[in-house]
Amino acid sequence: MAQKTLPTQVGALTGLAATERGALGLTGGKRRNLSERIIGALLLACAALSIVTTIGIVAVLIFEALEFFSRVSFWDYISGTEWRPNRNVDRGSWGVLPLISATLTYAVIAMIVAVPIGLMTSIYLAEYAPANVRSVVKPVLEVLAGVPTIVYGFFALTFLTPEVLQSIFSTMSIYNVLSAGIVIGILTIPLVASLSEDALKAVPRSLREASYALGATKLETSTRVIFPAAISGIVASIILAIGRAVGETMIIVVAGGSRSGDVPTDPLASAQAMTSYIVNVLQGDTSRSDPRYYSLFAVGLTLFVITLVLNLISRAFVARFREAYQ
Amino acid sequence: MSSIASAPRPGVQDAPLSLSAGPQLRRRQIRAEIAKLIFLAATASAGIVLLILLARVVSQGWGALDLSLLRENISQTESRIADGRAGYYNGIVSTLWLVAISAGFAIPVGLGAAVYLEEYAPDNWFTRIVQLNIANLAGVPSVVYGLLGLGLLVEFFGRDFLGRSILAGGLTLGLLVLPIIIISAQEAIRAVPLSLRQAGFALGATPWQVAWHHVLPAAAPGILTGTILAVARAIGETAPVLVAGAALYITYVPNAPGDGYSPLPVQVFNLLGNAQEDIRQFAAAGIIVMMVLLLALNSVAIYLRERATRRVRW
Repeated sequence: MAQKTLPTQVGALTGLAATERGALGLTGGKRRNLSERIIGALLLACAALSIVTTIGIVAVLIFEALEFFSRVSFWDYISGTEWRPNRNVDRGSWGVLPLISATLTYAVIAMIVAVPIGLMTSIYLAEYAPANVRSVVKPVLEVLAGVPTIVYGFFALTFLTPEVLQSIFSTMSIYNVLSAGIVIGILTIPLVASLSEDALKAVPRSLREASYALGATKLETSTRVIFPAAISGIVASIILAIGRAVGETMIIVVAGGSRSGDVPTDPLASAQAMTSYIVNVLQGDTSRSDPRYYSLFAVGLTLFVITLVLNLISRAFVARFREAYQ
Repeated sequence: MSSIASAPRPGVQDAPLSLSAGPQLRRRQIRAEIAKLIFLAATASAGIVLLILLARVVSQGWGALDLSLLRENISQTESRIADGRAGYYNGIVSTLWLVAISAGFAIPVGLGAAVYLEEYAPDNWFTRIVQLNIANLAGVPSVVYGLLGLGLLVEFFGRDFLGRSILAGGLTLGLLVLPIIIISAQEAIRAVPLSLRQAGFALGATPWQVAWHHVLPAAAPGILTGTILAVARAIGETAPVLVAGAALYITYVPNAPGDGYSPLPVQVFNLLGNAQEDIRQFAAAGIIVMMVLLLALNSVAIYLRERATRRVRW
């Protein structure tokens, strides 16, 4: 269906009406039309593959999770406060809340680090930084975002915990929530900083000029005029960063440990998050007859839904801020 | 004049500002200067953390840096590691296989999707759904892609042919980087001036001729940079391949897409479970090897971008 109207679409896109092109005799021979249609169909297939990927993810997660929920009731899973997986379904406790609250604890600690530093960086980059400073800071942020997460995990495990945090908190375990959370925060600083910077830069110049004309200082302009005007883009960047923190895996596996059971209460102790549970289970030998195998997909589905909701909220905020200035 | 509340949109705060001159003005200026220093310090802290991180990895792994890292296979035995009779050869080979397969899959498909969305797609509900879907896929946690690989490629198709193979891992990573490639290629294509397309159509070129001969070459620098950076991610990704069937430890060198595999970051991860000094040093050296690989690929991206930028101008 899409192929048939192809020339019309391209014409519309390029501001050249298809009827005009037809009148000029530019539609080409039959063979050319056929190969054009085949290519168009192939390109469409490439784009459609992204839909197939999503369907694949959702189908695999739901299909295997249903197998899990045929053994464990959905209500027990979603409301239970004890997570003790066991090869024998009836001997295990399958309440997901401890995993979810551990994930949220990591994310909250990460945001305590990433939000203030990321936002101050974005204000500096958008409002203060001269070109030469920007040309240094931007690549540094890119590199920071590009460092593999296993390296961050290594950093938390071999440096931040033993050499910094344990000298402050003597009771801290080598695997702990605080250290991993801080490092996840460092990982998400570039995300908050660059997306918020984009939002700040999208604020029209006239707002700045009006503020300066009234005699406001640069600080007052940035924090009371520009920042509030860009708030929806800034909120979007923070929500995306939360999504990133919720999905972070290796830092938690390496530095956060795998203690599960009850809802975690001590950030100085180890705690298993949703993501690290998935990796931890697969490190052992888990066959398809094991309920723990199916629990992976139930936890994965929960994770997928949480990040999807965060992404959609973030997009809604971005849409709001586009509406305002474009 | 005590307020800047007359700004034209509702989002702007109505906080009254006292803007009078005198000692108050001085205080406000001092406050602004201090804030500037705080913002600068926050910005610098990111760089400082990066420096500490790199310095730590290098200083910890320095003693183990040796050509045997590139020649020998992995080992878990402390004595072998201490004697320098262990390296990351089969890990590097695994990683290069993964990069090749994920790139071979994701680059053509990603480019095709980007060309379709920018040059062909009508503005209808289907296109909007595809676009929204791509944006959401980019935000799906990597470990969930690992579950897709495990459930679909390893367990469902895998019983007959894929299994815990490089091919399954490579395709998993390919799906993971696909949305990133599409988005960056779309941005590059969108930056090509409309006039170039109009000139092509005016000369009677078909949509594909315009896209292939004019738009894509002009967008090449941006596309190349974006795709290489996306593919470089495949080097460092640990969680998705770990879930999709990478082995923590292998004794052989994989030499076909159907073989089992244990990529560099997974090998490093496996060693991190052991806190012995020699093994930590060896793990740090593995991280250095991985970072050098990443850096090499990124430098290629930057080089290509520079070269292509010089050639194409409008």
